[in-house]
Amino acid sequence: MASWLDYTINGLIVGNVYALVAVGLALIFGVSRLINFAQGSIYLVGAYIGWVAVVQLHTPLPLTIVVVAVAAALVGLIIERLGLRPLQNSARIAPLLATIGISFVLDQLVMLTFSPNPRALPSQLPDVRFQVGNGTIGLLDLLIAGVGLTSALLLFVFLRYSKLGWAVRATAQDRDAAMQMGVDVNRVNQAVFGIAAALGGVSGMLVGMYYNQIDTAMSLQATLKGVVAEVVGGAGNVPGAVVGSLLLGLVESYGVAVFGTSYRNLFAFLLLVLVLVLRPNGLFASARQAPPEPLTGTFIAPSRPLRIPRWALAVAVGGFAILPLFPVSFYVLQTLINAWLLGMLALSLTLVAGTIGQVSLGHAALLAIGAYTSALLSLSLSVPVGLAVIAGGLMSAALGTTLISPSFRLRGHYVSIATLAIGEIVSLVILNWESVTRGPIGISGIPPLSLFGYDLISASSVYWFSFAVMVVLALLQGRLLTSHLGRSFRAIRDDDIAARAYGLSLNRYKSLAFIFGGFAAGVSGAIAAHLYSYINHETFNTQQSILALTVVILGGLGNVVGAILGSVALVGLPEVFRIAAEYRILIYGIVLLLLVRFRPQGLLGTI
Amino acid sequence: MAEQNAPMLSVRGLTRRFGGLTAVDAIDLDLARGELVSIIGPNGAGKTTLFNLVTGHDRPDAGEVRLEGRDITGLLPETLAGQGIARTFQLGRVFGNLSVMDNVLIGAHTRLRAVKPAVPVIGPLLELGLALLRPASVRAEEERLREEVKVILARFGERLLPRIDQPAYSLSYANRRRVEIARALALKPRLLLLDEPTAGMNPTETAEMQALVAELKAEGLTILLIEHKLEMVMRLSDRVMVMDEGKKIAEGLGEDVRNDPKVIEAYLGHGLSRSEDEQETAA
Repeated sequence: MASWLDYTINGLIVGNVYALVAVGLALIFGVSRLINFAQGSIYLVGAYIGWVAVVQLHTPLPLTIVVVAVAAALVGLIIERLGLRPLQNSARIAPLLATIGISFVLDQLVMLTFSPNPRALPSQLPDVRFQVGNGTIGLLDLLIAGVGLTSALLLFVFLRYSKLGWAVRATAQDRDAAMQMGVDVNRVNQAVFGIAAALGGVSGMLVGMYYNQIDTAMSLQATLKGVVAEVVGGAGNVPGAVVGSLLLGLVESYGVAVFGTSYRNLFAFLLLVLVLVLRPNGLFASARQAPPEPLTGTFIAPSRPLRIPRWALAVAVGGFAILPLFPVSFYVLQTLINAWLLGMLALSLTLVAGTIGQVSLGHAALLAIGAYTSALLSLSLSVPVGLAVIAGGLMSAALGTTLISPSFRLRGHYVSIATLAIGEIVSLVILNWESVTRGPIGISGIPPLSLFGYDLISASSVYWFSFAVMVVLALLQGRLLTSHLGRSFRAIRDDDIAARAYGLSLNRYKSLAFIFGGFAAGVSGAIAAHLYSYINHETFNTQQSILALTVVILGGLGNVVGAILGSVALVGLPEVFRIAAEYRILIYGIVLLLLVRFRPQGLLGTI
Repeated sequence: MAEQNAPMLSVRGLTRRFGGLTAVDAIDLDLARGELVSIIGPNGAGKTTLFNLVTGHDRPDAGEVRLEGRDITGLLPETLAGQGIARTFQLGRVFGNLSVMDNVLIGAHTRLRAVKPAVPVIGPLLELGLALLRPASVRAEEERLREEVKVILARFGERLLPRIDQPAYSLSYANRRRVEIARALALKPRLLLLDEPTAGMNPTETAEMQALVAELKAEGLTILLIEHKLEMVMRLSDRVMVMDEGKKIAEGLGEDVRNDPKVIEAYLGHGLSRSEDEQETAA
């Protein structure tokens, strides 16, 4: 067994890598109050540029580092130009969504260029290890530590002594005042995004060399780890981000030492949730902050929803209901069944993200909870499938709401981080809790859908079943929106401080929204489980969460009809145009970006 | 009972520090039932911070707040709303995407009974169920509140009623202030805190607002008012409290406070002569 010193060194080295990502996030948050969800993608791009430089161009190490830093900085500048600058006067949700979209586009571009298979990124240093006490330390470890310290020093000098560095600090303290004093905020943003990206890219390359492996899954992990470190240190706090990163590295390393490798991420996310709950301003926040200034403008873009006449909706529902009676192909029915399942998830997310303004990025976890509950109940306890599906919905409502409740005290972008982390925790628990979830093997032989003893095997019966469930859920949600709860949810979204001043408890109403939304998502996941007959911890992944979010934005936040229309559009159109599967996520990302930029209220408008 | 004689609002030694700055410094203040007290003072004097402390939006570092004798220091804003404290916000905080009707209905949220049964633990679930099922009692309550909202909106003449279904973001600045006050009135408050209700209003609109506040006072409402327009303050207030740099520098009848040298100095800055008193009144 390796010594504790080895684990400590490993923790500090990994922490150093996280610090390079987290410092960039902290700088960006400082000047723009934005959590850059594309930071991990830059890290990914940096790793692959490093691979090109080392393996194809055979550049020497110092040149490799420079090439990676410059190329990554360019990507950072592009992100600033596309994701931030055009959206400066938009609703606060816009840049958040834009960086999510950019992140997906970058990841997919890397995947399409280099294939999703892992590649080896050889370290360009001789494999020499020095004995330190009863542990060892390698040259690469020293390089990583050196790069970390050098970057920290350069950054300190830049922020402290250069004119642009002053401008960055001034903007971070008070953006409007800085602008009035003649600071070019665009230039500050460019500088910050460039520096952040250069650090992130180099970090990705070093990690690739450290593990001698790079693959496209690195991106999301890096974003998550960087964000965890940054939030632990206090968002926007650069030295805090460094300390948070080292702490995260050590916690993970010791956690792995005690419990094993598969628990590494679980510790990271538990640390995040713990910090968010106990010290939402980070470990190093100085006492209580001044209460946030009243914000002019709301989190989402104001708009007038498009009113669709009832008869038109009735005609559309009737039309889709009698569709299987016509000679349509199995393929069309299959596509629409997928659209109805996505529609239920989108109903759930449009309530949570649109109506009450909690932009959840971990919504796939609700699918997974519903799916596993229903599958296990029907398999192990022989519960009739109809009941098991409802139980799946209820479990998702109860467990999902309980898990997400730590995020209820958070606002805006933090909610997205917390839900993303909670989604990852659910997936990791499913992977590791083998006695219940059967771990990585997954659950196979899940019985097909059945209702009152009749199995629903034919495509048309499954079609009718899923369509009927979705329509009922949509009607219920429509009714909810016209009640006092719809009004209360929307008030909390528009201004939670004013809402509290009028007696609306945030915990109570956010819980109710997640209970209602959790049920819809759980039912969707449960139906999917019985359709697929096999599920594992990767069946319901972050890509589905992002797809659902794109659907919701496309349809219009909070818009029930929009959620269903968006689902049909995003599931149907790629089929119509026969777009290959690997390009779809790229297209979803681009659609999200274009929507945020040109039609933030979606097709049917925010409700 | 002692509670009957306790002042509506009683503030003792209330203090709030932000780092090195003491935004509110040992403030004492009493408001009798039906009294209207104005707080004036230069920008940054700590008036809004005092409001935030009284309404639970911020917690004091020292001191206490009592509502009719009961200690309410550090209670959450949602709890205080339930106890009958309503406020408006300095920069305006309407719910942008909600209609005028819905904005004001949120003000009546604490008065919902039929749809929000006071049952522990399962109360929220009952609320969800009742909102979906909507039995006659719930519908009747909603209908009654909607009628009430129309009555409240009618107090603003033709300013808001014709726009009752418009989203608040589409309203003029002055109308958003009015919606905020209507929302506060829908709570049926025991204590109303108005933070610069006439900010950004022209003289006609200011006069209207002044008449409305006078009407509310005549109806017996207890009001704490932050206002820069001194003429309005002098006409409406039973008493005036002046703050500067977090401290209370004067308190008393309007005329007395107005001629207090400390007040004039606070407004005009140090070293300026008394003869510029007139400018201050104009501001």
